[in-house]
Amino acid sequence: MPAVSLRGITKRFPGVVANDGVDFEAAEGEVHALLGENGAGKSTLSNILTGLYRPDEGEIRLYGEPVSFTSPRDALDAGVCMVHQHFRLVAPFTVAENVMLGDHRGEGGKFLVHPRNVERRVAELGERYRIAVDPRARIWQLSIGEQQRVEILKALYREARILILDEPTAVLTPQEAESLFETLRAMAAEGRTVIFISHKLHEVTAVANRVTVLRGGRTVATTDIAEATPQSLASLMVGREVDVSRRQPRAGEIGEPVLELEDVCAAGDRGGDALHGITLDVRAGEIIGIAGVAGNGQRELAETLTGMRVATRGEIRVHGKVLRGGDPREAIRAGVAHVPEDRLRTGVAPSLSIASNVVLKSYRGGAVGRGPLLRLGRVRELAAELIQRYDVKAAGPHVPARQLSGGNLQKVVLGREFSSTPSVLVAASPTRGLDVSAIETVHRYLRDGASAGMGILLISEDLDEILALADRVAVMYEGRVVGVLDATSATVEELGLLMAGVTPEVPV
Amino acid sequence: MIRIERRLVQPRWLGVAVPVGSIVFAFAAMTLVLLATHHPPLHTFGRLLSAGFGSRDSLDATFISATPLLFTGLCAAVAFRMGLFNIGGEGQLYAGAILGAGVALMASGASTIVQIPLMIVAGAAGGAAFALIPGILRAFLKTNEIIVSLMLNYVGALVLNYLIFDSLSYWRDTSTPDAKVFPQGKLLPDAATWPVTHIAGFALPFGLLLAVVIAGAVWVLYTRTRFGFEVQVIGDSPRAASYAGMRTRRKMLAVMALSGGIAGVGGASQDGDFRHLLDARGLSQAGYGYAGIVIAALARYNPFAVVLVAVLLGGLQNAGYTLQSVDFPSGLVGVMQGLILFSALGGELLIRYRLRLPRRGARETTAGAAA
Repeated sequence: MPAVSLRGITKRFPGVVANDGVDFEAAEGEVHALLGENGAGKSTLSNILTGLYRPDEGEIRLYGEPVSFTSPRDALDAGVCMVHQHFRLVAPFTVAENVMLGDHRGEGGKFLVHPRNVERRVAELGERYRIAVDPRARIWQLSIGEQQRVEILKALYREARILILDEPTAVLTPQEAESLFETLRAMAAEGRTVIFISHKLHEVTAVANRVTVLRGGRTVATTDIAEATPQSLASLMVGREVDVSRRQPRAGEIGEPVLELEDVCAAGDRGGDALHGITLDVRAGEIIGIAGVAGNGQRELAETLTGMRVATRGEIRVHGKVLRGGDPREAIRAGVAHVPEDRLRTGVAPSLSIASNVVLKSYRGGAVGRGPLLRLGRVRELAAELIQRYDVKAAGPHVPARQLSGGNLQKVVLGREFSSTPSVLVAASPTRGLDVSAIETVHRYLRDGASAGMGILLISEDLDEILALADRVAVMYEGRVVGVLDATSATVEELGLLMAGVTPEVPV
Repeated sequence: MIRIERRLVQPRWLGVAVPVGSIVFAFAAMTLVLLATHHPPLHTFGRLLSAGFGSRDSLDATFISATPLLFTGLCAAVAFRMGLFNIGGEGQLYAGAILGAGVALMASGASTIVQIPLMIVAGAAGGAAFALIPGILRAFLKTNEIIVSLMLNYVGALVLNYLIFDSLSYWRDTSTPDAKVFPQGKLLPDAATWPVTHIAGFALPFGLLLAVVIAGAVWVLYTRTRFGFEVQVIGDSPRAASYAGMRTRRKMLAVMALSGGIAGVGGASQDGDFRHLLDARGLSQAGYGYAGIVIAALARYNPFAVVLVAVLLGGLQNAGYTLQSVDFPSGLVGVMQGLILFSALGGELLIRYRLRLPRRGARETTAGAAA
C-alpha cells in the first residue's frame, strides 16, 4: 500500500491546465524524486498534496485512505509537511519559536509559551538527524543552509510522515547537499516518505529510490532510479535530447583586465568583515566563476562591486579607473552591469510594468527622455523590442514584472543589463530556480556576452554551471579567495575541498 | 471559516468597485445608526444631499468646505504614493497658515498681485519645512515618519495656540482692549484677500482652483517625469531603486517637502480665502489634515480622484453644519465620516487581499497558475 497515491489529478487555472490527469505514487520509506521543468506542474501538485489548492478532479489517498484537504492545516494533521524553496520563517524569532509557530498541538504552550521544552526537543532532533542548529539562535543569524535545517526540523517536530522538499539543494554546497541526502535517507529508513522536487538530474540519481517525471502537467514516467541515467531523465523532462552542462567552445579572445580588485574589504550586515582583502582580476572576454558555499562573502562581493555596499579598504578599478565605491550609479556609469541574486525584489520593481523595468537604469538617458519628461511611447517601444529579442513570454510591455515566471523575469533583467553594453557583468546566481531550458538560455547569453568582450564575474553555488561556463574559478571561503583554478582542469572534488576551507597546498 | 489570502493580480475594476462599495457600505451602516437614533434614514440622507449639493448656494458652501480638504488630500496622496506615510498634513497646514499670515501682515502695503504669490510661497515653505523634520529623520536616522509627523501635529497646534492665546506675538491683535480679553489674530490687509472666481454661476475660491491646478501638476509629475518614475520605483521596491542607482534619500526629502508644501499652501489659502486672520481655534478644530488622509485613501492616491472625493466629503461636512440643530446633532456627520473612513480602510484590504469562503467546489485562486 503506497503512502501517497494521487490518481487522475487535474487542476485548471484560467487559461492553463496546470495538472492534467496526473498519477503519482510514493511508497513508505522511500525517497521519491519529482522531476520536471518549471511549469511542468510540480508546484501545483505539491500544493494540492499540502492542501493549498483543491484539485478539480482526481483522488488523493494517504496510506490507502481517501482524503480531502480544505486547508494546509488538514494536510499537516494528516502528516504531510512541505519545505518550501522560499523558507517560511520569521526572521526575528528564534529557531525554537519558529518550530512551535503554527503548531497547534500546543506543546509549546496553548496560551503561555514554554520555549524550553521545544528547545530541548529541537536539539534532540537536530542531533539525531545530524542537522543540529542552536535552538536559541535567531533566524536572521543563520546561513541559508541552516535555515533550511530549521524548516526540516519543523517538519520533524510535527512528526511529518510525508515530507515534501521543493528544490532543497539550490542553496547548498555539494558537501552540504550530500549531508542533506543522508538526513533524507535516514528519514526514509524510519518509514517516512520523502518527496524530493528537483530539476538537478545528478542529485535525483544520487538520492532517490524512484523518480516520477512530469512534463506539461502530465506524468511522463515513473521509474526506478537504477534504470535511469541523467541523459534519459533529461530527455524525458524536456521532451528532446539536451546537453547536460557540457563545456562549449566560445568565440572571442581574452583581452586586457576590465575589472581589477585589490585588497578589497567590506563589512557584513551583522558587523564584522564579510570580505577580507579580495584581490582578483577579470579580463575582457573572460568568465570568472566565483564558487563557494552560500554566505561566504559572495553576495557582499557582488554588492561591493556594484556600489551597493561600501568597501572599507582596497581599490576597485574598471578599465583602470578607480571607483569611489558605495554608489550604484557610479558603477553603472563605469559600465558595470549587475544581475542580482534576488531578481524579484532587487532586480526589478515587481509591481511596475515590464516597460518600466526595462528602463530601470536607462531612464536618465536621452534615449527615453526629453528634459525632465519621460517619453513613455519610446519606453514601450524599447520594452517591446526587448521582449521580442529575448523571447520573453508576456502579454505585452504593460504586464507587471512579478507576473512573469522566473525564466522570463531573468530574460528581462539580462536584456536590460546587456542593453547598456557594459564592460563588466556581475551575475549572482543567475540561474537559481530556473528550469532547464531557461538555464540553457541564460548560459547562452552569458557566453555571447563574453564572446562580445564583456568580462563576466559569475557567482554561483552550482559547480556544474561554473565548470561549464567559466575560464577560471575563484573559490571563496569566509570572505577570502582561497584559490583560483583553471576551470578546464579543476575537478568538483578539488573545488569542494576549497569551498569547505581545506587548502592542502598551504601548511596551516 | 473565511480565509484571507493575498491577491497576486489586482484587477483594474477593483480600483473603482472597492471605493464605491466602501461608500455604499458606509451608508448602509449609517442607516442602522439613524434607525437606532430614531431618525428616518431616507429622509435624513435626502436632507444631507440637498444641504450639501442641492442648490447653487449649498454647492458654493461645499466648495468652501472642500478647498482645505483638497490640499490635505493631495498632501497625503503625494507622500503615500512613495510609501511615505505623512500623517502630518494637519501640522503642516498650520505651519503654512502661520507663515502665510505672517508675510501678509508684513507686506501690508503691497498689492494683491504681490500678496498672493508671497503668501503661497510662504505657506509652501512653512509646510515643507515642517514636513522635512520627519523626512530628514526618516532619511538619515530611519525613524518612523508616521509617529514623528503625527506628534508634530500636536506641536503645530500648540505653537498656533501659543501665538494667539498665550503670547503677544506678531500675529495677535492687540489694538483694542476688547482684543486683549478675547484673544484673536490680527486682521490681514485687504490686499491679502484671495479673489473669488465666478464660473457658470458658481463662486469658486481661488484656493480651490489652485488646488485643482496642483492636482494636475502632481499627476504630470508622477506619471510623466523621471522624478515620478523614481518615486514609483522607490514606492514599490526601495532595494530595486538603490540597485538602479536612484538617490532614494533625496527623493524622500523632495517628496516630503512637496507633500508638506501642498498642505502649507492649504494653510495660506485658509488665511487668504476664508479667515483673513490667523484663526488658531478655527484651524485646530477643523481637523483638515486628518480628513485629508481619509480622502487620499478613498481616492487611492490618485490626484484627480482626490479632487472628486474632497468635494464629496466637503459637501457632507457642509451639510452637517447647515443641518446642525436639535433634531440633527452635529455628531451624526462625524459618525458618518468615521464610517466612511472605516469602510475605506477595510476596502483597501479587499484590493490587496481576497476573502475566500470555504464553499464546496468554490473556484480557487485565479492567480496560482504559475505552477
